Amino acid sequence: MDAVILQILNGLDKGSAYALIALGLTLIFGTLGVVNFAHGALFMIGAFCAVSLSKILNLSFETIDETQTDFLGNPLKVKTAYIESWFGPELGASIIDWAVPLAILFSIPIMIGIGFIMERGLIKHFYKRPHADQILVTFGLAIVMQEIIKHYYGANPIPTPAPDVFKGSFDFGTLLGFDPNVIIYPYWRLVYFAFAAVIIGTVFAFLQFTTFGMVVRAGMADRETVGLLGINIDKRFTIMFGIAAAVAGLAGVMYAPINSPNYHMGMDFLVLSFVVVVVGGMGSLPGAVAAGFLLGILESFASMNEIKSLLPGIDQIIIYVVAIIILLTRPRGLMGRKGVMED
Amino acid sequence: MSKSNFTRRGLLKTSAIAGAGVAMPTIFTASSAAAYTNEPTGSGVTLGFNVPQTGPYAEEGMDELRAQELAVQHLNGEGDGGMMNTFSSKALKGNGILGNKVKFVTGDTQTKSDAARASAKSMIEKDGAIMINGGSSSGVAVAVQGLCQEAGVIFMAGLTHSNDTTGKDKKANGFRHFFNAYMSGAALAPVLANAYGKDRRAYHLTADYTWGWTQQASMQAATEAMGWETVNNVLTPLASTDFSSYIAPVLNSGADVLVLNHYGGNMVNSLTNAVQFGLQDKMVNGKQFEIVVPLYSELMAAGAGENVQGVIGSMNWNWQLQDEGTKAFVKSFGEKYGRPPSNSAHTCYVQTLLYADACERAGTFNPCGVAEALEGFEFDGLGNGPTLYRADDHQCFKDVLVMKGKENPTNQYDTLEIVEVTPRAQVEYAPDHPMFAGGELGKCNPGA
Repeated sequence: MDAVILQILNGLDKGSAYALIALGLTLIFGTLGVVNFAHGALFMIGAFCAVSLSKILNLSFETIDETQTDFLGNPLKVKTAYIESWFGPELGASIIDWAVPLAILFSIPIMIGIGFIMERGLIKHFYKRPHADQILVTFGLAIVMQEIIKHYYGANPIPTPAPDVFKGSFDFGTLLGFDPNVIIYPYWRLVYFAFAAVIIGTVFAFLQFTTFGMVVRAGMADRETVGLLGINIDKRFTIMFGIAAAVAGLAGVMYAPINSPNYHMGMDFLVLSFVVVVVGGMGSLPGAVAAGFLLGILESFASMNEIKSLLPGIDQIIIYVVAIIILLTRPRGLMGRKGVMED
Repeated sequence: MSKSNFTRRGLLKTSAIAGAGVAMPTIFTASSAAAYTNEPTGSGVTLGFNVPQTGPYAEEGMDELRAQELAVQHLNGEGDGGMMNTFSSKALKGNGILGNKVKFVTGDTQTKSDAARASAKSMIEKDGAIMINGGSSSGVAVAVQGLCQEAGVIFMAGLTHSNDTTGKDKKANGFRHFFNAYMSGAALAPVLANAYGKDRRAYHLTADYTWGWTQQASMQAATEAMGWETVNNVLTPLASTDFSSYIAPVLNSGADVLVLNHYGGNMVNSLTNAVQFGLQDKMVNGKQFEIVVPLYSELMAAGAGENVQGVIGSMNWNWQLQDEGTKAFVKSFGEKYGRPPSNSAHTCYVQTLLYADACERAGTFNPCGVAEALEGFEFDGLGNGPTLYRADDHQCFKDVLVMKGKENPTNQYDTLEIVEVTPRAQVEYAPDHPMFAGGELGKCNPGA
């Protein structure tokens, strides 16, 4: 039982990342009709916003310590962060320690800006082109973004830890009546799940309960009619592209402490996220979220030793097997709408 | 009236035969025609450095390339000479190789076997590379080694740790300076038993490819010989990024040690995930839970950050060694590039010198002569104490380092500390050891 609960927690955690990326993908597809293969790169750039803020906060000046030597035997250059000299060692260290949560604020304008530039500068020229063209150009864009990040940050993963207060694990089992240390789960992964729930809830509330969201939803259903009412739907869709980029970026920022960011982390999520979107139903926001969590949980269960001993290698293919089964039985995906991607 | 028998056609035939006859003695002398692939014809000789310049191991590849460039400088008599000053063989004179100025070309393996073969082929066929050196993957090493055997050039593998490289996939034209998975197990097991006790239960997570399999088998055999029990071995897909669902079952498996048979990005992520799950804070079977990473590299340790603290692993070489060879290399490399060299950089630097030295001692670039000079070659002064290139399988034997993640690093390069220098005798094995069974070294191929 404890193993099942642990894998459900794992699944919810993995599903959080899938759902956040798929949500942004679906927003872009639902509003602009663009298949955005650069969305994984936006997730990666979000993670590098956390890396960048951490580096900015760690900007240092050097002093020479004659009592110590470096690897060449020269007097050691000791680095002190400016922020520690300005605010004192304790407060300065605390600010540096909280780099990842602070990067949430840092990343939002950057990601919206990148989304705006991407949409206005490149993607708008491909609205009326076939999906194959859109895939090619956005995939190319993703590679360019990757290479830029690699050029400036290198190919190695860059450790970006969570604040000290979130290190270690929460003893979940004691809440459910298990012995201590039977079901423990990392604090930061719980934070990630809660954060994803808040972001998903906020996006849905924004679309459901604001006039802007109502217009966007109307535009997703019938763009032409909304345009005929004199509403500049293109401008709203551009803003939605920026919001989708910010959602992907925030998912990346908070993911940075889970796995050290590297330049190709976006590609690792891209294919899975597209499977999530297709399984959820092209253009369906609730479908993307539901499929994200469903596939995350199934993937976790498929990694269990008991399952792997029965079906060796199932952990590598489970997502695609489920995708095939769902598409055979429900060709539009779990919550797909009629007419989307069917012309 | 006499009539001549000469005709125009007959004259041409006679001239051709006579010409061929005059030329015959020089065509078949070694000095006037290619007796082996890419025999140098001018005053220079070209080495081919095949390293990952793009992809996830690009940082490691760039460090290999830095070291190879440094080696070329030293061979050509530039710079301070580095390890040439401490090398026990004194055949190298700082005037290139056999009087030929050393040049080099580079290829990008992308850490993909097909791309690595293509770049090696291009360097051999188009650039005239006389040997291939470097790389960061066992899959790549095995693939390129096969190509070099067919092409008739010497291959000096870079960072390749699978037993298979000099086991079932060994080749007469290939040599490996780097240690292997068996040696990691043999060096680590006594240290682990000493540090954590002989009554331990190990759970292995293993990357599902050739290196992972041989690493796991080697660690299991070595630790079980010390009295440990293996609870489980779970294969993880190479493309995995989040290992949480593989680590969760470890919690209640009864294991008190987790062995991560992962390298590169896999190692960084699996170790990070294991630490996040608080495994090192757990007490199991009345003992502190421990994590082991059998193969370390400085660059990957830096990627894992503070998660490596206290974690034991093994390495081929480390810049903190205090022998004269290491000090000379670290000084040369550090002054040129402002950073200490990685163990893959050391391997590639040393291999370049060893190849050049073998050419000098053999008096030829002919790969069969060079291979013969390297086979059974014993030397010192290149950083790991007395070293042997065994003739039976072309595996290098030398001391192996057991490392531990440093608790209080003082800078970005200060991530690991040396726990023990395991003597060469402890990691040696017979050429017919079952873990290296299958495959034949075959005969040296000079190509051409």
